Amino acid sequence: MATVTFDNATRLYPGTEKPAVDKLDLEIADGEFLVLVGPSGCGKSTSLRMLAGLEDVNSGRILIGDRDVTDVPPKDRDIAMVFQNYALYPHMSVAENMGFALKIAGIAKEERAQRVREAAKLLDLEDYLDRKPKALSGGQRQRVAMGRAIVRNPQVFLMDEPLSNLDAKLRVQTRTQIASLTRRLGVTTVYVTHDQVEAMTMGDRVAVLKDGILQQVDSPRNLYDTPANIFVAGFIGSPAMNLLELPVADGGVQFGGTVYPVPRDVLGSAHGSTVMLGVRPEDLEQAPDGQGLAVEIDVVEELGADAYVYGHTEVNGSRHDITGRVDGRTPPKAGTTVYVRPKQDHVHLFDTQTGLRLGGNAPAAPHASLADLDRPLEADKA
Amino acid sequence: MDANWHNEPTDFGQVGKLPRPHNGGAATVLGSLNITSATTDESLLDLPWHIALEEWPAKNLAALPRGISRHIVRFAHLSGSVIAIKETSEHIARHEYHMLRKLQRLDVPCVEPVAVISGRHTTDGAELDPVLVTRHLKFSLPYRALFSQTLRRDTLTRLIDAQALLLVRLHLVGFYWGDVSLSNTLFRRDAGAFAAYLVDAETGELYPKLSNGQREYDLEIARVNIAGELMDLLEGGLIEDKVDPLATSERIMDSYRKLWAELTEKESFELGDRWRVNARIRRLNDLGFDVEEFSIKTTPDGSQIQLQPKVVDAGHHQRRLIRLTGLDVQENQARRLLNDLDGYRADNNPDLDEEISAHAWVRHVFEPVVRAIPRELAGKLEPAEVVHQVLEHRWYISESQRRNVPLAEAVQAYIDDVLRHRRDEAAILLNPDDKTARLLAENSLDNENDNDDE
Repeated sequence: MATVTFDNATRLYPGTEKPAVDKLDLEIADGEFLVLVGPSGCGKSTSLRMLAGLEDVNSGRILIGDRDVTDVPPKDRDIAMVFQNYALYPHMSVAENMGFALKIAGIAKEERAQRVREAAKLLDLEDYLDRKPKALSGGQRQRVAMGRAIVRNPQVFLMDEPLSNLDAKLRVQTRTQIASLTRRLGVTTVYVTHDQVEAMTMGDRVAVLKDGILQQVDSPRNLYDTPANIFVAGFIGSPAMNLLELPVADGGVQFGGTVYPVPRDVLGSAHGSTVMLGVRPEDLEQAPDGQGLAVEIDVVEELGADAYVYGHTEVNGSRHDITGRVDGRTPPKAGTTVYVRPKQDHVHLFDTQTGLRLGGNAPAAPHASLADLDRPLEADKA
Repeated sequence: MDANWHNEPTDFGQVGKLPRPHNGGAATVLGSLNITSATTDESLLDLPWHIALEEWPAKNLAALPRGISRHIVRFAHLSGSVIAIKETSEHIARHEYHMLRKLQRLDVPCVEPVAVISGRHTTDGAELDPVLVTRHLKFSLPYRALFSQTLRRDTLTRLIDAQALLLVRLHLVGFYWGDVSLSNTLFRRDAGAFAAYLVDAETGELYPKLSNGQREYDLEIARVNIAGELMDLLEGGLIEDKVDPLATSERIMDSYRKLWAELTEKESFELGDRWRVNARIRRLNDLGFDVEEFSIKTTPDGSQIQLQPKVVDAGHHQRRLIRLTGLDVQENQARRLLNDLDGYRADNNPDLDEEISAHAWVRHVFEPVVRAIPRELAGKLEPAEVVHQVLEHRWYISESQRRNVPLAEAVQAYIDDVLRHRRDEAAILLNPDDKTARLLAENSLDNENDNDDE
């Protein structure tokens, strides 16, 4: 087991001017499950490959534990890429399928058997060790593949979108298994996905990247509650947060027919005469007619207990889509117009020029360890 | 670099635009199909896309051994050829489709992508996984078809060498494979050796240039996978116990590194040793590569030369044969045929122009041999491979009979004594009841006296 440190690690592809990963500073605690998430081209896979040794690091360092591995070949880094290849060999038993790489690595028979048994116990495969893969279900095969990585006792597991080729049902099931298994094993895990739901459900912490730059790294709860900037606010959460550029008014922000109250010192730190106001769908409430924003309802999606309401409004002459979550028993009807306003203390304000959160509360820098999550951050201190 | 498959918008809505006779029940579910393809083979639409691949009717399927795959893969007949169909997610299918197209353009040996088909539904409206369709390589053999109880030891090393050469070629164009294995490769006979083709590009990515870490990791994956595949064959009793999976898989490292070094390494020598430039070119030619660009630097005092190949191109002998004869064959076949062609010129009219002499060789040697093969034996081997084997056979019987056996006589002897007794390699796929196909399907290629590498 070990910590993983990206120390100003930068990857610049030859012939390009903008780094694919730009001065990544990230400390991953021993035993932590960290998810790298972001849209296509954000640098998440490149970061993982830098850790794996598959990408050159142009500047900065990468450490596993205290060991600088920046120039160490992949096979000597003591990492396991999970699901690189999970095709199982038909003539070999489940035990042999799990242990063959150890045989190649020259590990003695008794120890191989021991490690395979331990992994099988964790994976609930003990009763199947002598069977051939043909006799296994899809989920069990997936677990055998996971067993291949586990028996190697690596310091770090690396997973690059390992679930992308599974069907939806197996994906959810395997997601839960991976998360619980890596925690039981206590092996530091770095997991890459483009799916923010996957990121939020699996990670101890989630690092959000965009254009090669780390936007925020935090617990799923904090990312959701206090996004550090407009990008994170819009990226995390499904359906996405409503983001509206609104004029600053006396004592608050002009929200349609009402002024949403905001402390003067918060507004005072903003550049310009507008701010970006973010409000999550579940934090919108219906307002008396004439107050708040007038929203024309386009579609109502009934989910039983709740309903999602998709509509649009006009702010300063331009159209904005608005999503709200309301009680499923009394949703407004499509085609009608309703007035909405944010619930008190449930808005997120961002500077329209810098994109940064106004009013604090948003940690935006790496943590040293899981236990230190509440400690003041290095970057904040600086 | 993330997969970027949006840059080639070749999708087209085919439904209703192409003639589709007698399609009956399937027509309603075809309505939503989305086909991405560079070619417009309308018979693609006649396949039962509304049925999950696992349940396809036998009449659509071609009997071909299924390799080890994490996906459902089936082989089907399409317009007289065989296609491989893989059910997977749309993202993966499109990524692989475009990756294979790019590799084809880069002239790397790989299977030909035919189409991505998404929007599949059963007649009940249930969603089915998208598929990637590739064309099966004629005369190619999965590695399992090449291993048998009578496997000659050197067949294995030749396979590994072919795999190493393929990996070098992929790495030279900046392709990181990510899942190198014998299962993901197909082999074609190549005048006593094998030519390897990439079959599965699912995990692959193209980069401007690979890092050493990427190359090393690909090699490590190759080593582990090949050892695993050989262990599996041992476990299944499909290869003799004498084969050592570990030692065999180590060979790919060695073979790859030697070739990579020869193709890319810098060498320094005294100014007076300029012959070493030509020597290096000749060595690369012998390995089957042309040098498109060299970097040659001299030290400030001018006493030393530093030489490094910058751009190398596989297919040295292939290109020369095409230029002289128009024949497009594998690299080693080309080397073998060029040897004969050069010998023919020396024997007949050394002063004749090379092109004219090559033309005469095609007319008097290559074509008569190919024409002499009875129609019913034409599916045994590729024409170029047959010509190579005839030339070998001629040499063999000439030596044993201590006389110069005429070509016509050698061809007849070859047909009667060798070719007639070979298994049918083009037809492994096409005749479901062929003995070899059956044996392959059962994964037990025993008791086959197969002159693999004659």
